[in-house]
Formats: sequence, C-alpha cells, structure tokens
Amino acid sequence: MAMLNEQEAKKIIDKVLSYAKADETSVTLIGERIGNIRYARNTVSTSGEADNLSLAVTSIFGKRSGTATINEFDDISLEKTLRRSEEIARLAPENPEYMSLLGPQQYSKSNTYSENTSKINPLYRANAAFASIQPCINKKLTAAGYLQDNTGFIAIGNSKRLYGYNKITNGDFSITVRTADEKGSGYATQNFTDASRLNTKAVTEIAMNKAIASRDAKELAPGKYTVILEPEAGGELLQLLINTLDARNADEGRSFFGRKGGGNKIGEKLFKENVHIYSDPFNIDNPGSPFALDGRRQEKISWIENGILKNLYYSRYWANTKGVNSLPSPSGFIMSGTNQSQSDLIKETEKGILVTRFWYIRAVDPQTLVFTGLTRDGTFYIENGKIKHAVKNFRFNESPANMLTNLVAVGKPVRISGNMIPPMKIKDFNFTSLSDAV
Amino acid sequence: MSFVNEQKYFASTDGSYIEQDIHRLWPTFTVTVVDKQTGKFKTRDALSAPMGMGYEYLAGKASEKISGPNDLILYRYSYDMVEDAVQAAKQAKEKHTAKSIQPGKYDLVLDPNHLGLTIHESIGHPLELDRVLGYEANYAGTSFATLDKWKSGKFNFGSNIVNIVADRTQPHFLNTVGYDDEGVPGKEWELIKNGTLINYQATRDQVHMLGQKQSHGCCHADSWNSAQFQRMPNVSLRAGKEKLNVHDMIKKVENGIYILGRGSYSIDQQRYNFQFGGQVFYEIKNGKITGMLDDVAYQSNTQQFWNSCVEICDKDDYRSFGTFRDGKGQPSQVSAVSHGSSTSRFNNVNIINTNSSANI
Repeated sequence: MAMLNEQEAKKIIDKVLSYAKADETSVTLIGERIGNIRYARNTVSTSGEADNLSLAVTSIFGKRSGTATINEFDDISLEKTLRRSEEIARLAPENPEYMSLLGPQQYSKSNTYSENTSKINPLYRANAAFASIQPCINKKLTAAGYLQDNTGFIAIGNSKRLYGYNKITNGDFSITVRTADEKGSGYATQNFTDASRLNTKAVTEIAMNKAIASRDAKELAPGKYTVILEPEAGGELLQLLINTLDARNADEGRSFFGRKGGGNKIGEKLFKENVHIYSDPFNIDNPGSPFALDGRRQEKISWIENGILKNLYYSRYWANTKGVNSLPSPSGFIMSGTNQSQSDLIKETEKGILVTRFWYIRAVDPQTLVFTGLTRDGTFYIENGKIKHAVKNFRFNESPANMLTNLVAVGKPVRISGNMIPPMKIKDFNFTSLSDAV
Repeated sequence: MSFVNEQKYFASTDGSYIEQDIHRLWPTFTVTVVDKQTGKFKTRDALSAPMGMGYEYLAGKASEKISGPNDLILYRYSYDMVEDAVQAAKQAKEKHTAKSIQPGKYDLVLDPNHLGLTIHESIGHPLELDRVLGYEANYAGTSFATLDKWKSGKFNFGSNIVNIVADRTQPHFLNTVGYDDEGVPGKEWELIKNGTLINYQATRDQVHMLGQKQSHGCCHADSWNSAQFQRMPNVSLRAGKEKLNVHDMIKKVENGIYILGRGSYSIDQQRYNFQFGGQVFYEIKNGKITGMLDDVAYQSNTQQFWNSCVEICDKDDYRSFGTFRDGKGQPSQVSAVSHGSSTSRFNNVNIINTNSSANI
C-alpha cells in the first residue's frame, strides 16, 4: 500500500484538490515502509516492519492557513480531511509572513531509489544480523547492532498546478561490539541508498577490532590535542554547524553567522582555505530529493568555499524581504576531501588522538558554537605515525567553527547519516576532562 | 505550547482490557535579547514544567507560586506564562552585563526546575535495568550501576540524605498511568534509600533477574506501531525531613551559585561524567545573593556529586521538572517523564566557564 507510483500518487492529490474551496490548497502525500532488526547480547531483541501512507492537506484563506492529516484514502475520508483543514484555516489568525504557494516547477531526476533496498525482507535482515553476531560469538565478544531500511516516496501538489514526485530508499546499519570483560568497546556504521553496498560482516569486523584494541585504555591528561576525527565523529560536529546556516537568525543577530552591528557574514573568510562544503542532490554517492517540501528546487549549492561563507539558507518570506534568491536548507551536505585514506592521515601524525565517534553532544554557547560531548567506542593515542594504545574517553568543549579554522588535512569522504564526510586532522582540539565510561 | 491527548486501548491474552485517556501539556518560550553594539545575544527559556495536566496549569494561581530569592517567582502546579515572560525578558537583558564566572569549586544551590534534569540523567537512566544488562549498548549505552554493586547492598550512590523514589502514580506527573503497556498497574518503589542503591526499573520479563516477583510496571510504547520496552518512570528526590526553605539554605552558603532552569546537559554512555548548565545563575557570597553570573556549567562524576548533597529543602518547596522527549531504543522512541525534588545543596562542585571553555 505504501509504495504508489507517480500516476497513482497524482490521482490522489488531484482528487483532494478537486474538493477544495479555499483560495489556495496544497497536498503532501508520503508513503513509507520501514523495516528493522535489533540485537544485543548476541541475540535478536526486536524486529519489525511498519507500512504507512499518510496525507497532509493545507488550506489557505487570505493569510490564514490550516492543516489536517489522515491515513485513510476512501473518498469520504479525503474530503472530510480537506474540509477539516478549511475549517481550521478559517479559525486561524492571519500569518503576516504568509507567502503565496509556488506555481509549476521543473525538477530534475535524482537517483535516490534502489530496487535492491526495496526488496529487503525479514529473511534478509535476519541473515544480515547473523553475519554480524556469529563472528562476535566466535571470538567471545558481545554484539549489539541495528539495521533499518526505508522504502518510500514523497509527492507534493497544489492548487497552482505545482506537482513533484520522488522515490527514496535509505538504510542504516550500526554495530557496537564489547569485550567480555567490559573493558573494550568498538563501533562502526554504514549508511546506504543501495543495499548491495551493505556488508554487515565487514562493518562488524571493524567494530570487533576496535573493541579488542580499546581494552586497558591508558589515562591521558585532558588538554589540547591534534585529533583525527573519523567521518562519524567529524560529521556529527559539522552537522551542528550546517544547522545554524539560517539567514534570518544571522541577520537578526541570533547566530554565529550574525555580524556585529547587524547583517550576516556572507563573503567573509571564516575558516581555513581547505574547507569546502556544498550540497548536491544529484551526487551519485549521496543523492537527495530534487525538491523541498514547500516545492522549491534543490540544486547544487556551495555553502563554504575556500573557507569563505558563500551562502545561507532562507525561508521564502525572509528571502523576499531581503530581495535575495530563496535557497532552501539542504537535505544533505558534502565536505570536499582528497584521495588520502584515514591511515595516510595517521601516518603523517607525530602525536595525536584518533576518535571513532562522539556521544551526547549539546550546545554550550550558541554565540561561539561551543558544544560539549564525549568520545566513545574506540579512542586511541597516535605516536610517530602509528596507533600506540587505547586511551580513556574524554569530554570535549569545542566549536565546529574552531575545528574548521584548525583543519590540518582531510582524507577521502565517505557517506555518514546522509552526508559525505572525510576523515579530518585537526590541531588543538580541546578535551576538558576524563570519563570512566567504556 | 504542546498539548497531547493519548487515547490508548490495551488488550492481552492474559485477560487485560484497559482503556486510558492521558493528557499532558508543555507551555514554553525562549526570550532572546540581542545587543547590536557588541554583536552578542543572550537567551532565557521559560521556567514552566511540562505537566500531566490540561489548561488548568495556565491559571497562574497565587497559591501555587513560591517567592524565591532575588524577587524570583517560582511555580509549583500552576503557571503564569505572561508573568514569567516579563521576568525572562528582564533576566535575558541582565545577562548581557552579568559577571562571567571564575572557574573553580563552588557550593551549588539547585532549584527543582534545574535539578530534575540532573536526576533524570545521572539517576534515572543508569538505573534502567535493560541498560544495565546491555540491551541499549549500541545506542543509549550501558550503566556504571552494575548488578554486582546492587547485590552488595552497600553501594553508596549518594549521601545518607539522598532518597530516590520511582513512581507511576504521582498526580500531575508525566509518566503517571493507571497501567503500563503490559497491563501492569502503576506503583511506587524505592531506588535509593539513605544514599544506598537498592533497586532498578524493570518490566515483567526482567524483574525475576532481581529476585522480585512483581513487575515495576515500566513498559511503554510511544505509538501503536512501536514495540513496548522498558522506559523510565517518574524518578524523584524525596523532600528533606527538616523544615527548610531556599532563603534559609542560601543564608548558610559562603561561596556558591544558585542555578535555575534547564540548560545544556551532557553525560557519558555509562553515566559517570556529566556537564550541566542552566538558564539563570546567581552568585552567593556569605549567605547573600550578590548578582547574576553568566557562562556557568558544572562538570562532575555521578557518585561524587550525589555524595556531596548536604541539604534538601522540605516538602513545601517540592516541585516537578519534566520532558516530553526522553529518547531511547532503536528505532528511537520518545517518552514523557517528570522528576520531583526540592531545592538542594551540593558542596564543592567543579565549575567551568563556558565562554572560555574551548580555550582553556
């Protein structure tokens, strides 16, 4: 039921629009099948599949709007939902910032769908979990992991004859392996569009090796260190910086990207020259939807180039107020890298710390973008180009803005959580205390 | 403002047919004051608490207000949103000229609207039995409060005035229900008694591991399409037995900080090392509040911190803190939970300066 083709989706949207009496009406139809398997203590704990189709309709009278949702698709239910949205719209206060709906748009095709992922079934998930658990049992290690696959589509349409449809598949696998004596823990993850790229056994072996290597961690004094952040670790911090690229927050002085005296920092060199961050929904390794939910086209956009802030994203209202091009927030981002591997970065490091991942990152100072959090599941000391030994986990207080200023080298980007992130070598990363957690 | 009406029907082959109608609300806001001259901005979030109540929470009843130090108005089970917004605007403005904290050791006086999150993170989570057993190892983490510590019967989680109770029956609290999602009636039980760890939070299929015969009723699913599993009940610090209010508590503090509101919070995956901020900070010198402070966070170890608890105000000061969005599990599920406490004092806690923390 959840997977409708373009014609089937358009038929439902057109039907809902045919009932409309409001000045403007928009419809969003989302279908999704989500499958998962979870395991811990070397055995499966839960598994399941949820299949759902849901529709949201927004009606607008003047500058008043109302939205209603439903997951039933007979004619009576669809019309009832439309009328409900109109009733809410009439009761709602005027939105002084309301922008009239967009008209027809041309969207390019993005390669966001894979038949391989859409065919994943419970047996596939069970085999994927077995391939991960069995090697751990063989080595007297304990596996806790999770595999989730999503297959679905998003269709949008409105009374101004805008229409868009995009099919999506996505999957995530993550594994934590712990040693029997509870002294070592390792983590690895893989994010994919096409399930033929997933290899739970190979990913688990990375986590197993980290768990074994991280036993008997030595204590290193907190302080500033050169770090090599694996893509999982660096990506988490970069995502927090990307989340603050909103133009209005910057223009109104409520953001790191706001300028003293008013306005924003577009055009200013804020980071090291080798920092290039962009989004591209048509990237073959990290495809994204060709449209935002409000109908705006997603295109290839440079956000930071040679360390210079090139663009911020805008609501349509704020872009109109400022008389600039209205860029929607990206669905994923890409940090440019090199062909160097993570091992190459380690070889070129005299003294440093390799970080597998971070945990519980929270904002400390939004003005300077300082965040706190901890290392987890594999933190190692590097000396003379080699990993010497595991170290106890650290708490950090650090800003991704500082991080990009202190960027020394980058490696080859890999896909993590819908973004492309390279391993990064950063100097003077600030660790403030030690944690006893393993 | 968020309003939730959860209508839930549970039936099982064990013979349960249970219908529940649960209401909760969360009125909140953030005030931001921007100084264009300096390019700085400061914020103050609402001092409300999400509650297991309806619109009546917004009545702003005078009988539910507490007159706090420095003319602060604190709210028990009725909230005046406009009054707090005025208070917040004044305080956010004051933050621009507040003294930046000198890092070091201070005695902390923690308001319930702040302390609730510290209880949640450093006591509520590590005493979830599924974490202790390793079922959350790939996501939320495991726990330092291992079974051997509990079995010893001597693990001093906190000082001897620290009594922590788990409860699914407390009126107005978010995790209060008639029955859990396995059909087990809500109840109250002790987790920490006179500072010693004595119990965990468990479901039907876990509780036998503790040698206990009755489930704690901690099973919850956040939707019809989610699998139910062990979630945190309301976990609260019992009020002090001696008569004591926040004014008298502060009078005895020589060098301290009074902290209110939910700020930045972070804790490791086994719940040893934490760092917490707040919304409003006041300097205490020789028993008096001497002005507002800024850039404050405390960094400590769970067991060390709870053993530094030296005073707890009485039941007249008891209030709740809560959240709608306690996250756990894969796929991730949310749960609503409250934490009650009275203003409490913790001695000699490590304070960092958050403004310069990245440059220490």
